[in-house]
Amino acid sequence: MRLKLEKRREPSLAMLVATPIASVILTMLIGIVVFDLLGIKGFKAVVDIFLSPLLASYKWQDVALKAAPLIIIALGLSMGNRAQVWNIGAEGQYVIGALCSAGMGMAFGQSGGFLVVLLMIAAGVVGGGLWAAVPAWLRTKYNVNEILSSLMLTYVSFQVLGYLVGGPWKDPNGRNFPATAPLADAQTLPVWPESTVHLGVLIALILPFVFWVIMARSEFGYQVRVVGSSATAARHGGFDSKRTIWATMIIGGAMAGLAGGLEFLGVLHKIDLGFASGYGFTAIIVAFLGRLNPFGCLIAGIVLAVTYVGGQMAQTSVHIPNSTAGIFQAMMLFFILASDILVRYRIRVIPSAKAAGV
Amino acid sequence: MGIDFIIAAIITVVGLATPILLAGLGELVVEKSGVLNLGVEGMMLVGAISGFAVTVYTFNPWFGVLGAAAGGALASLLFGVLVLQLNSNQVATGLALTIFGTGISSLMGLSFTGRIVVPFLSVFPDALAKHEYLQLIFGYSPIVYFALIMVPLTTWFLKSTRAGLILRAVGENDLSAHSIGYSVIKVRYAAIAFGGAMAGIGGCYFSMVITPMWAEKMTAGRGWIALALVVFAGWRTGRLLAGAYFFGILMALELYAKASGFSFLPSQFWAAMPYAMTVVALSFISSRGTAGANAPACLGKPFLPST
Repeated sequence: MRLKLEKRREPSLAMLVATPIASVILTMLIGIVVFDLLGIKGFKAVVDIFLSPLLASYKWQDVALKAAPLIIIALGLSMGNRAQVWNIGAEGQYVIGALCSAGMGMAFGQSGGFLVVLLMIAAGVVGGGLWAAVPAWLRTKYNVNEILSSLMLTYVSFQVLGYLVGGPWKDPNGRNFPATAPLADAQTLPVWPESTVHLGVLIALILPFVFWVIMARSEFGYQVRVVGSSATAARHGGFDSKRTIWATMIIGGAMAGLAGGLEFLGVLHKIDLGFASGYGFTAIIVAFLGRLNPFGCLIAGIVLAVTYVGGQMAQTSVHIPNSTAGIFQAMMLFFILASDILVRYRIRVIPSAKAAGV
Repeated sequence: MGIDFIIAAIITVVGLATPILLAGLGELVVEKSGVLNLGVEGMMLVGAISGFAVTVYTFNPWFGVLGAAAGGALASLLFGVLVLQLNSNQVATGLALTIFGTGISSLMGLSFTGRIVVPFLSVFPDALAKHEYLQLIFGYSPIVYFALIMVPLTTWFLKSTRAGLILRAVGENDLSAHSIGYSVIKVRYAAIAFGGAMAGIGGCYFSMVITPMWAEKMTAGRGWIALALVVFAGWRTGRLLAGAYFFGILMALELYAKASGFSFLPSQFWAAMPYAMTVVALSFISSRGTAGANAPACLGKPFLPST
């Protein structure tokens, strides 16, 4: 008996939906076994990481706050991935977006209000988009691989942040600590009464619908899908693949910049050396786990946010390092990538020659 | 500027260049076979903890280096199975490997935090290794010499051996290599495992030579510099060596600017330079088109034979 792969004519819709769910469940099961082998209470660790944040209602706002940037960034990235444009520098675009928001805020001093906040968010969007425009320009003009260039620029952005918060933007009243001065209250995002949930969470809930409309209903969305499926088909259809690269890269950067700006205005209120917390990289997992679908990204963003919050909870309850959540996130991504083959191929069991021959 | 300062500076640069040279050489071979493994940072961390753990148990740093190579190779095979057997997306799988390696190394390292090993330093007699000037030649860890020996060995392997030729053919045109009967998958497995082993050894340089102890995320992004280095070198081994030491100088300038608190440019400028220069170098390489470029044609693309 052996297994044979047959290419499906159409990607399997059932597998497209079933494999992410199976990936999460498999990650939990294997997590229990592996942690038990390592001498840590596996079942408790997995329950803490994956379920406790959902069961404890006071943790919901933490989940929402962590999910918002992940969802927003993942939406932009999935659009690029649909067009086979691989922007993996969202982390850098997130950082530059936040810095641009901060710069805009500083230009207004202590004054705030609706218009200033709006301009600050817009600055984040533009900043992130421009930072992503560099790899787009290099790709379309010099044929530079955008995977490598966007990644390299992420590390440049960290140094830009380090320079600004440690130098010209350092808070003069901050005891020489490299960080910007805390935002004036008038420049922060509106918050839901008696909670920490800010306007960005609402934006993260609305954007999946916007992206769904663009991808499924607009000509631009159609163009993105055609360019992604076949460059030749796109040329014959009269679609300019360079324009698609520009557009999807910049949208991806703009979304990351938006997320960075919202995180700054809504949660952290200042920028220090720890500002880049890996959302831009984790959002790549979200995009894949969400199968590059806007609503998939919404759900996957919440799942990943749960593991972040749960990881912190497990740190105190079962004394495992915070990075353990990273192991689970990587495992989920491994499983989803491994199961990709089931979407595109069908597995046939072929009886061995001996058994069939008699 | 005294002679002592220059000697200390050279030793610092060698220390900074060695891990990225090792990981870069490994990644260069991987990329030459047509595979882009972005998991270098993760494999280095797994190597760092594996090498450290083996040294703690065996009291023998030579076994430690072997352990680091084995750890890195094992981690890389996880990537290999997904990418080669299941045709998963290489970019995402590589990133997953880095996230995984970071997490698993922290977890493995829990019981090793705070422990120290005897640093894996020069094996030459003190008269040479501690001599005021001769230490510039004899004063390094064996890992440094290993890295330097691996440069001509890798060059020879890629350029002059049959196996190296096949490896490059697989990276240039996997379908043709497949059609004339070479196993693309096997060649790429071997390349990926080599890359993992080299990244692992590069990682253990941090835990066994520099500190020598284990700390979470101790490779501090050097895996990404190694990736940049391969591109910066235009996939050529000789330039990779020069590039590693050049990046080593830039990193030393960063440390100097940070420590002295004074330099005509901020430390972040030096820290950003390896990445910025890589982007510029990449643009030059790419704009010359395929004729002048040494980039493997199949880099990052899945191998999909029609049968």
